[in-house]
Amino acid sequence: MAEQVTMNQDGSAAIESDGVRRRDFINIAAVSFAGIGAATVLIPLITQMAPSKDVLAQSSTEVDITAVEPGQAIKTVWRDQPMFIRNLTPAEIDSANKVDMNSLRDPQTLADRTVDGKINWLVTLGVCTHLGCVPLGAASGEVKGEYGGYFCPCHGSHYDTAARVRKGPAPTNLVVPEYAFLSDTVIKIG
Amino acid sequence: MSFSWAKHYEPKSDLSKWIDERLPLPRLVYSAVGAGYPVPRNLNYFWNFGVLAGFALMLQIITGIVLAMHYAPNALIAFDSTEHIMRNVNWGWMLRYAHANGASFFFIVVYIHIFRGLYFSSYKAPREMIWLLGLVIFLLMMATAFMGYVLPWGQMSFWGAKVITGLFGAIPLVGEPIQEWLLGGFAPGNATLNRFFSLHYLLPFVTAGVIILHIWALHIPGSSNPTGVEVKTESDTVPFHPYYTAKDGFGLGVFLILYCLMLFFAPNFLGHADNYIPANPLSTPAHIVPEWYFWPFYAILRAFTFDFLIIPAKLLGVLAMFASILLLFFMPWLDRSPVRSGNYRPLFRVFFFILLADIVLLGYLGGAAAEEPFVMLSQLGSAYYFAHFLIILPIISKIEKPKPLPYSITDAVLGKPGTGMAGGPVLQPAE
Repeated sequence: MAEQVTMNQDGSAAIESDGVRRRDFINIAAVSFAGIGAATVLIPLITQMAPSKDVLAQSSTEVDITAVEPGQAIKTVWRDQPMFIRNLTPAEIDSANKVDMNSLRDPQTLADRTVDGKINWLVTLGVCTHLGCVPLGAASGEVKGEYGGYFCPCHGSHYDTAARVRKGPAPTNLVVPEYAFLSDTVIKIG
Repeated sequence: MSFSWAKHYEPKSDLSKWIDERLPLPRLVYSAVGAGYPVPRNLNYFWNFGVLAGFALMLQIITGIVLAMHYAPNALIAFDSTEHIMRNVNWGWMLRYAHANGASFFFIVVYIHIFRGLYFSSYKAPREMIWLLGLVIFLLMMATAFMGYVLPWGQMSFWGAKVITGLFGAIPLVGEPIQEWLLGGFAPGNATLNRFFSLHYLLPFVTAGVIILHIWALHIPGSSNPTGVEVKTESDTVPFHPYYTAKDGFGLGVFLILYCLMLFFAPNFLGHADNYIPANPLSTPAHIVPEWYFWPFYAILRAFTFDFLIIPAKLLGVLAMFASILLLFFMPWLDRSPVRSGNYRPLFRVFFFILLADIVLLGYLGGAAAEEPFVMLSQLGSAYYFAHFLIILPIISKIEKPKPLPYSITDAVLGKPGTGMAGGPVLQPAE
């Protein structure tokens, strides 16, 4: 490496064979070191904005559904977001099962979206998959939309009785969260 | 940086000489906005709006700083602290109305400023950088205004935050993590409110920094003017001070009269009644709308109710809304006509006013409910908006026969007929 070390005018050593000076290496090393250091500092600065531990800790909610009669629905809260728990009538289950899968934007059957043997219990997030409004249709007297399920008043998305998107800008069906029946009358969401 | 005939600062007293040798700040002001800055003599009142926008920013910063002395950025008490400002703080009602209406008036003057730029093609060479920096300022303003509207933590605040951060959720794969990162939770909450307050306080100062760059870039070629013909001789210009300081001062007076009429007689006219209801995450207002200055963009967002190829409707709407602003960054290269001023471009002029009408229509539709016929009209209006920039404008630049341009600004002011050199600015040397 150091076959022809001479002194430059400024007194620094230079290797003339390939024109790369010791100082070039020091420059690159110093800038790289500072660059990696600066990039590392960004990690805490950026991740501090992600959901904090107390927010993440609100992971599950238990709900008693004894009082929900067929045809009714209740609103509850999970992870700061509204949840719809709906007891479907046989007519609503029928109309959901009659839909042609090919006509759906996000094809799923009602059975895909409910727990085995509990097809009348439709549990979804009450958050429109378009831009996050709370759709209408869970409380009595609210508009249920053209397909008898939910209707989002913000940008006009219509959901059917399986909470599948049928019309409007929403890209997917209302989200079914992870949940389980602890007993016939209590479900645990999350 | 300026024309050769620009006057130079000459300190008169011993004190000003002493200062000038150590910190030539008065010299900088003199050459930037004083008698040392020659400006075309024919600027009309549309050239007032830059100064008015700067004034509006100062107004927002001053009222904002004092409001922050009383406001509490905590989801539990933010709404109450806003009402506390309205009811208990001395002059609090006036300061808050001044800030809220100040935002609207900031947008009004900035929109007029932008349309002035579009009509007189102020974005064309050599002023592209001024235009680009101006758009950066516009984006910063939009972000600041959006976050400011969230702070009172009323129903529109909450649901506006939810809908706008939901836009990022439309991005494939990384959308939802980004949305949660922006919110600091699964829905807007205390973390969201705190960070929005922090950024709402910061961004106006960033904006002020970009405005300095905007003015710096402006001072390289100097202001454009209603003829679009460049300055040739000293007789084409007058010193900024006292000529335009006086003209801007008059414009500022008119602005303040209109602003005070709004502030004192209709302070809630541009607001939304639902924002006086505390935020409720379980109940969406029947009709979520952003502030009026976002309506045209909101209409474009909502126009996409159908999927196209593999792109879902939601993503299309979001892309279209961002594209409608990003498109403006390409103006200097989309409009190839060598003539700047719309006054000399008969065809361009017609389509400019059609575009203006289209944007006003989109604004109306963005504030309307999401039902027919508004949805269909939004689709037509959005299609026309993009067609104007991407199809109509490039075609016009090719087929249009512009009117003869005056030889110089002086000739135009003195009413001499055009030189007949249509199709391009006159390029002879001035002497």
